[in-house]
Amino acid sequence: MEDEKVIEIRGLKKSFNGKAVLEDVNLDVRKGENVVVLGKSGTGKSVTIKCIAGLLQPDGGSLKVFGEEVTELDEDALKALRCRMGFLFQGAALYDSMTVRENLEFPLKRVLQIKDKEEIRQRCEEVLEAVGLTDAIDKMPSDLSGGMRKRMGLARTLIVRPEIILYDEPTTGLDTITSREISELILEMQKKYKTSSVIITHDIPCAKLTADRVLIMNEGKYIAEGTYEELEKSEDEFIRSFFK
Amino acid sequence: MPNQMPFADKLSKIGEQAYFFRSFFRNIFKRGFEWEELFRQCYIIGFRSTGICALTGFILGIVLTIQSAPTLKDFGAESYIPGMVSVSIVREIGPVIIALICAGKVASSIGAELGSMNVTEQIDAMEVSGANPVQFLVVTRVLACIFMIPLLTIFADAMALIGGYLATALSVGMSAQLYFTKAVSILDYTDVFPAVIKTLFFGFAIGFVGCYKGFTSNKGTESVGLAANSAVVTASVWVIIIDAIVVQITNSVVYN
Repeated sequence: MEDEKVIEIRGLKKSFNGKAVLEDVNLDVRKGENVVVLGKSGTGKSVTIKCIAGLLQPDGGSLKVFGEEVTELDEDALKALRCRMGFLFQGAALYDSMTVRENLEFPLKRVLQIKDKEEIRQRCEEVLEAVGLTDAIDKMPSDLSGGMRKRMGLARTLIVRPEIILYDEPTTGLDTITSREISELILEMQKKYKTSSVIITHDIPCAKLTADRVLIMNEGKYIAEGTYEELEKSEDEFIRSFFK
Repeated sequence: MPNQMPFADKLSKIGEQAYFFRSFFRNIFKRGFEWEELFRQCYIIGFRSTGICALTGFILGIVLTIQSAPTLKDFGAESYIPGMVSVSIVREIGPVIIALICAGKVASSIGAELGSMNVTEQIDAMEVSGANPVQFLVVTRVLACIFMIPLLTIFADAMALIGGYLATALSVGMSAQLYFTKAVSILDYTDVFPAVIKTLFFGFAIGFVGCYKGFTSNKGTESVGLAANSAVVTASVWVIIIDAIVVQITNSVVYN
């Protein structure tokens, strides 16, 4: 892990219909680091990563990704920044009118503007092999199981070789064994592609396996930060309750 | 100040619609036009609607003839049936009925499809990947509607004339050659041209409303149904409004 900060958030604020969801959020993610964010539902975890990806506009504070203030970027600069970021959605968000192959080709052709068919084929095969889905290349997303969809979502995220990956509850709705497989895959991808990640999860085994650092969020603020082991032994009853 | 919120909401909605409208036009001319997706949408919107448009046009022709033939027969004016059918179908009934059918079939399907993509975060996924969802999803669908609805209307008009001929042949025994000669010779560019122009606007309204309703639907499965329903109602109302405006313009410019 390096000291270079890829994400730097200071005093981030966001509210919906007058209700504050994020209040004074501060977060740093260093290059090659996996940061896991734990918290009860509705505390603003997903809102934080959607602000990082530029899907939501924060109401206040500073949000820098690769040293650039996301809120001040124009359309083209934001697009260029997004090319360096990946986002794995909770439901994988696969394009259901396209096959697995077309899902993978979509960002290659439209974002990276790759025209060479051989390169496209090679990249598709490489990521599918990495997530163990080589046989599913011509299937439709509706033919894939929950775990396969998550793997496929991860493959589509990885195909553009992002430097940061934002995971929104990557193991939600999966059985214990598949959850563990996805968590191991996240770790494997971090090592293989040297990515930095922010992982939003409720899944404690996933957090234990993947986290270099854990943050606990409550009522729109980060209330604790440390390694998994440190927070597990915290003196605060509320913090310990996440690890039971 | 409880009364100020709905007004503020309405203003915000108008602003949102204006932004979406601007976004659509800006993206037509942006680099990386989605030709393949445009042709796919033309096939889905156009080719897959030919059956229902053909049936509707055919039945309209028959019904119009059956309804008017007895009265014209009483005045000994059976020979006017082909002209009456062709003028009323080409000028007004064909474009409006086909546009309403397409508002039901196409706008609802676009609204539901994009609404469902919104709910399942597929549009967000496209945006966050750096791709342009408006260019891929909206521009292609709206342009496909603008291209295909005039073609579907012309096709339905032709089917209506065939239906009209069958009904006329059965009721007054007119030959095909006489029927079609009379039906076509009475039409001039002032009948055809404004009708085709009108269908371009109908196509835009249907595609744009369907895309807007789907693209801006709320999260949740109920929103998909609401987006589809709202797309049909709004597109149908716009078809009627556009028709009223075009008839006024046509009457004052072309027929005066």
